[in-house]
Order: sequence, then C-alpha cells, then structure tokens
Amino acid sequence: MQVAVDGPWSPLLGRLTLEAIPYTNPILLFTFAIAATAGIVVVGSVLYFRKVGYIWREWLCSVDHKRIGVMYMILGLVMLFRGFIDGVMMRTQQAIAIGPDSPGYLGAAHGYLPPYHFDQVYSAHGTLMLIFAATPLLTGLGNIIVPLQIGARDMAFPYLNAVSLWLTVAGALLCMISLFVGEFSNATWVGLMPFAELPSNPGVGVDYWMWALQISGLGTTFNAINIITTIVKMRAPGMGWFRVPVFTWVNMATAIIGVTAFPVLTAALAMLGLDRYVGTHFFSAGFGGNYMLYINLFWTWGHPEVYFLVLPAFGLISEIVSTFSAKSLFGYPTMIAASMGIAGVGWVVWAHHFFTMGMGPNLIGFFSAATMIVGIPTGVKAFNWVFTMFRGRITLATPMLWAITCILLLLVGGITGMMLSASVVDYTVHDSVFVVAHFHCMVLVIGGGVFAAVTYWWPKVFGFKLNETLGQWFFWTFVAGSVLVFVPMFMAGLDGETRRLDYLWDTSLRPLMLLEVVGIAVYFLSVFFFLAMIVVSLAKREPAEQDAWGTGRSLEWLTQTPVPFYNFAVTPQVHALDELSWRKANGLEKAQPSTYVPIHMPSSTGLPFIIGMLGFACTFALVWRIWWLAGASLLAIILLVIIRSFDKNEGYVLPAETIAAAERNLSTVSVIAEQSKVLPVGGHAEAH
Amino acid sequence: MASFTKAGADTVLWNPGADAHDTISARTYGFWLYLLGDALIIAAVFACYAVLNNPLNANGGPLGKDFLSASKGMLQTFIVLGSVLSYSLATVALKRGSKLGVSLGMIGAILLAVVFLGIGLGDLAALSAAGDGFARSGYLSCFFTLILTHALHMGFGILWMLVMLVQVGVFGFTENVVARLLNLRMFWQFQASVWVVVYIYVYLFGGAH
Ligand code: HEM
Ligand SMILES: [Cu+2]
Repeated sequence: MQVAVDGPWSPLLGRLTLEAIPYTNPILLFTFAIAATAGIVVVGSVLYFRKVGYIWREWLCSVDHKRIGVMYMILGLVMLFRGFIDGVMMRTQQAIAIGPDSPGYLGAAHGYLPPYHFDQVYSAHGTLMLIFAATPLLTGLGNIIVPLQIGARDMAFPYLNAVSLWLTVAGALLCMISLFVGEFSNATWVGLMPFAELPSNPGVGVDYWMWALQISGLGTTFNAINIITTIVKMRAPGMGWFRVPVFTWVNMATAIIGVTAFPVLTAALAMLGLDRYVGTHFFSAGFGGNYMLYINLFWTWGHPEVYFLVLPAFGLISEIVSTFSAKSLFGYPTMIAASMGIAGVGWVVWAHHFFTMGMGPNLIGFFSAATMIVGIPTGVKAFNWVFTMFRGRITLATPMLWAITCILLLLVGGITGMMLSASVVDYTVHDSVFVVAHFHCMVLVIGGGVFAAVTYWWPKVFGFKLNETLGQWFFWTFVAGSVLVFVPMFMAGLDGETRRLDYLWDTSLRPLMLLEVVGIAVYFLSVFFFLAMIVVSLAKREPAEQDAWGTGRSLEWLTQTPVPFYNFAVTPQVHALDELSWRKANGLEKAQPSTYVPIHMPSSTGLPFIIGMLGFACTFALVWRIWWLAGASLLAIILLVIIRSFDKNEGYVLPAETIAAAERNLSTVSVIAEQSKVLPVGGHAEAH
Repeated sequence: MASFTKAGADTVLWNPGADAHDTISARTYGFWLYLLGDALIIAAVFACYAVLNNPLNANGGPLGKDFLSASKGMLQTFIVLGSVLSYSLATVALKRGSKLGVSLGMIGAILLAVVFLGIGLGDLAALSAAGDGFARSGYLSCFFTLILTHALHMGFGILWMLVMLVQVGVFGFTENVVARLLNLRMFWQFQASVWVVVYIYVYLFGGAH
C-alpha cells in the first residue's frame, strides 16, 4: 500500500543512508560540534559526579508533579535557546542578503543560507518556539503550581503526567535529530498545502515536522485531561469554584482548549500522513483532494492554540500583579468569565488567518467580527490588572517589572491584532512581517509571563531566590532587544516586506534590517544575564522564607519552602479566595497542624520514560520508513501498557511519624505548641 | 464570593486524611474527557467528509450514494447495538458481582463486534477490488478513513475486552478492574454512537449533499 518514494530504500534502514548526514555543511558541522560538546559535558559530569542512579531514580522515573514540571521547563528553556539561534540565523541572513549586489557565502547566492536551508530554519523556528518552547514552559508551570494552589497532593493521574512529559520530549528529540540526520520541513510551521504533500516535498523534512507535532500533541492532550480532572476532583475542602485561584482557572480554560482543539490537529496531521504514506488524496492538488481543507483544519486548532498559550500567561500576570500590589485581584469573577470567553470565542475566528483565500464577503464579515469580539474579554483583563495596581502598594521586584511589560506588550499586540482583524487592512499586510511582529508581541507576553513566573515561584520550588540585580539586567536587556527587533519589523511590514524571505530586493529596508540585528545582539546580552542570574543564584543560595515575597496570597505559599515532595503535610481547609491573605488577616499564617495522618503516595516508575523513548523510536522509524522498527516499537508500547495494567503496585504509604519529623526539620519556627493556645481547635478535623 | 469571614473558635484549618479521593470517579471522569477529545478527532473526519462528499471530489469515481446499501448498514447498526447490549448485561452482572456473567457479556460483545468488522471490512475490500480503493479520489480517501477510524476503535475495544477477560479471571473485581470495566463501557457505547452517526450521516443522507 505504501507509496513509492524517491531515492534508495532498504528493509533494514528504510530511506536512511549515509547521505542523510549533512557532514558537508559547515554550519551544521559547527552546530553538531557545539551540541556534541554540550552533550559530552552534561553526560560526563553526570558520570563524574556518579549521579546516574540519582538522575534515573529521582528524575527520569519521577511521577512527582513538581519534578515533572521542572523537567518540562528545562526542556522548554533548551528549545527556547535553539529557537533563538534559528532567529539569529534569519536576522543575520536578511541583514546580509539585501539587493542584487549583496555578497554570498557558503554556496548561497546572497547571504550565507541557500533558500532551501533558510526555509528549514524558519519552519523549525516557528515549530520549536510554539510547540517545544512556549508549550512546555507553560505546561511545566501549570504542573508545578496548579496542584499546590488547590491544596492537592499531586495531579489526578501522576503516571499519565509522566507519560505526557516523555511524549513531548520525544517530539523535541525528533526536531533536534533532524538537524544532524536528514533535514527539517521547509513548509513553514503551519505546513503549507499542497506544498507539504509528497509530490512537491519528497524529502523527510515534512515527516519530521509532522511526527514531532503529532507525538507532542498527544502528550499535550493527555496533560490537559490531567489538569482538568485535577482541578475538578482534587481541590482542598472549602475551595468552591469561586475560591479557585485565577492561575488555576486559566489552566482550566487552557486545558479545555487542549482537550478540544488538539485532537483536530491530530486528525489533520493524520490525514496528511495518510496522504504522504499510503497515497490517499485528502489534500492533493487534483485527484479530488482539497487543500483548503487542511488549512481550515489546521487553523481550527491553530487559533485556539494561540489562546491555549496566552491564557496561562494572563493567569501568571494576574497572580503577580495582585501579589506585588498587595491587593486582591480586581474583578476576579470577570477575570474568569473573560478567560472562558476567550477560550470559547477563540473557536470561531480561525478563518482570519486566510481572509485572502476568497471566502466571500459573508464569511469574511463573520470572521472579522468574531475576531474583533475577542478584544472585549482581552480588554477586560487589561483593565482589571490596571485597577488592581491602582492604589495598591506596588513593589517593583523583577516579576512585577515583567508583568507590567506584558500588559504593555499585550496592548500593542492586541491593537495590531485588531487592525489585522479588519479584512481590508489584512488584505494589504497579510503575509507581511507586520503579521510576524503582531504575533511576536503576543508571544513575548508569553515569554515575559514565563520569566516573571520563574522568578516569582523559583524560591517556592528551590528554596532560594534568584538574584535581583542580574534579574533586572536580564529584564532590561530583553526588553531593549525586543523593542529594537520588533518596532522596525512593524515598520518594514507596513513598507511591504513579505515574510519568509531569504533575499530582500528592496535596499531601502537595509536600515531597518540592521536595527533588527542590533536588537538580536542585545538579546544575546540578555541570554548572558539570564545564565549569569541562574549561576550566581545557585552559588549563593540564600534561603527563602515560606512566603518568599512577603505578600503571597494563595495556598502555595502556605506550605514549606522548598515544597516537600508530599506538598502539604495535612490538607488545608480553605476559607477564602486568597487563603493565605485570609489567614494573615486573622493572624493564623503561622498555624501548623497538630496531628499528622499517613499519606498515600504513588511509586516512581521508569515506564513513562521507556514509553516516551519507544515513541521516539517509532516516529523516527516512520520518518525514515523503517517499517519493522516502527511496528516493533508500537507493539512494545501496547504490550508495556497491558503488562503494567497487571501490576498490583498501589503506591506506598508515608507514616505520620515520618511526616511529623520532616515538618519539624523544615519549619523555621516551632509554633505548634503556642498555636494550640491561640487556636482552640487548631487544625483538627473534629468538626467534620 | 470574596467576602471576609472572621476566624472563630470553631474554625477548622486542616483536614487530616482529606486527600483520600475517590479514584474510580476521577478515572471515569478523566476517561470521559479523553472520549471528548476522541469525539473531536472523529468530528474533524466528519467535517472532511461533508466537504469531500461532492462530485468534484469524486474524481470521476463513485460517491457513497452509488455503492452504499442502507439496509446492509441497518443490519450492521443492529449488530453494533447488540454488542453494546451484551456489554451492558455484563455491567448488570458486575453489580451482582458475577464473574461468569461479566465474562459472558464481554464474550458476546466481542463476537458481535467481530461479525460487524467482518461485514464492514469485507465491503471495503470489495470496493478496493472493484478499483475504487482509497487512492481513487479525495472522496474515497475520506470514506475509507471514516469507516476505518471507527473500525480501529472497535479493534481497540476488542483488545481491551480480551485483557479484561483475563483480569476479571485473575484479580476478580478489584478497584482497578472495576474502574477499567466502567471506562470500557463508556468506550464501547461511544464507539457505537459513532457508528450510529456514520450510519445516519453517510448511509442515510449519503445521496444528499
Ligand atoms: C486581540 C487578540 C488578537 C487578534 C484580534 C488577532 C488577530 C490576528 C489576525 C487577524 C491574524 C492573521 C493575520 C494574517 O495572517 O494576515 C493573526 C495572526 C497571528 N496571531 Fe493574532 N490576534 C490576536 C491575538 C493573538 C494571540 C494572543 C496570539 C498568540 C499568543 C496570536 C498569535 C498569532 C499568530 C501566531 C499569527 C500568525 C500565524 C502565522 O500566520 O504564522 N494572536 N492574528
Ligand atoms: Cu488567529
């Protein structure tokens, strides 16, 4: 049934031959040298410090939501860096390749990247940044914070949580290995159709892109199911729906998008896969295929996906603005309604990504209006943040600086989005870099929100704060870089620079391109300050308090710092939206439980990791059409799942004495004795 | 909402043991969400079917109205519903705690499902043999995919039932086994609902578009 492909094919190795390894390309050789060195340093230091067992047991086999969250975030940061390098390559190429007289290096007519390579660079940039940087960073934060904010022991399905992580890692690995074995897609991150079909794109690049998206999408869907179930089923007693912290609420909205939108992507990619592998004609040009169908399906996922990413960032901003204004969030119920509204309306705006397809005035009118409606709940959010700050006691700590910047960026991104939603404007700037600048403003909201959140919750997870001074340097250089890159980009877009160009004929754009390169250089500085911030803070490790910023409001600040692996020694009773603020107002913030009961914990297991790696093997084999390996690894996954279902391991029980001892060592003040005087029924469940 | 209540003498701050959650309800709820996602995959295929069910997309080949038999589809529908009924009888037996009843119900469900798959796959094979395989046109690609997506779900359900037959025998009705049996029930009904929609939308409305 399999369709014939160009080039050699062998049963053992499929399409894989030595030619697939681009050892003649100096850029890739250089990249390989760096990646190999980094790999050797990491593996070498693990071996040198004899940490193999530790890494395996405590991390790779972990089902603890905090550890999994941290691994998600490490993955996200690494991919963010790789995506950044892709961005650097695009900027430098465009700065060199302007006008017919511009020089060419390394075999390129202009610049140093031939068109085919340049296309792969921006396709990889988009895919990596959205799917393998932004998504894991936000998923990681949700993983760490949501169970803590609702007073839960872990996620509802800790094992599934680990599976989700390792499936995402498998997708990222696929993108990384495409650098050195074969090639990546040149059909953009959205997959241009019918260009991504086999006849016009016979290489393995599109397959890499497709399977990477497919397998990580699976992980994201599972994670969304997990988040919803956790929030619905595992909230601490007393936490009614209107006492759920806003970050948890946005995770709920996001996860609803996750469960409903990602399957559409799965279906669209599966059809593309059928077209490419067995020769169906869903999206073929001719044979009764319809490639606009793909574009519609893709954006049916794609637009909800952008809200899937930005809503958690909105939640982060809400938490941080309210904490550093020492005020409760203004308009909390409207915030929830706005989140749900955005998630809902986000479903009916997808066609604004291709107004120019010729859908006719009625459809354009509908999608244009629907897109504009999204501005309303978004505006509600912005006003709520401003009113939260109004008359608050504002501390301009690093997280707050990031959060305020995010509000400004949201304004620019939102207003340019509004411009684009007017189809008349869109007809002139569609597929220009104006659009690129618009969504980068939005994506920077996500980036800024993540950096804010990392600084904000770092002490909770690791027990010490990040260095403030370096954090501010990081912040200012990052903001300066963003302004320098994206303001000129808006201008170039209005001047008519089409996106995705490896060569610019219009020499009048040169000053703008050079400004953007300066911006990228400043970004490099910010990367330096980020790394310096991490290193210096790790070296100093000044212990943070339980309520690290002094103005914490929600449950996560109620437990020990760093959070013990069982989260809360005893599940708290919730009395208010901002439980910790409520306890502070009542002078109860130091209250400790007087009795401990045994805790049931899930056991660690290496199975999720193995399943993820088998998933990687399976998709890699599919990319290269190594049928036996694909079949064998899929079969192995199914068998492992079945075998595990026969496993009777129900986890283990942590005895009350162990918890009591651990809590005594952790807590700085022993208030248990005094507390019982202040509090007649201090922490007993008798009333129940 | 955010109204401030003062802590009093009877304020409870901690709830020892409150983290013991009802795992079966969490698992069935989670699985229900999974089905929601699965339903959207199928909805996407249906959307494609709606678009491609068009003479333009038949590429000179047949459309459903040219080869589908509503009465044969009706027979298949009854078989699927019979299979669901059989599984439902298994869940009735589960309430009584009867291993034999549960096993018999599942075996009945499996047998009917196999018959169903035999008919459905046989039809697809005949279509391919007549030169109207999935590679013939955009429409046929989508038709085959729709039918096979449902068949894949059935196949998966059959595998799951086989595993559960063993587990019911080996473990009896432990919490794990019961949770899985309940999820499997949802899955089996879901699969049948998908078929009913296929029947109505493809077989009955097949000619009209
Ligand atoms: C007020 C809200 C927003 C409005 C009205 C809006 C409007 C639009 C419109 C009309 C386009 C299509 C432009 C074209 O291709 O010609 C577009 C593109 C885009 N927007 Fe937005 N947008 C909004 C928010 C967001 C957010 C929150 C994100 C991401 C977090 C985002 C990410 C994107 C992306 C990624 C694209 C282009 C994708 C591509 O073609 O590669 N937008 N936006
Ligand atoms: Cu959009």
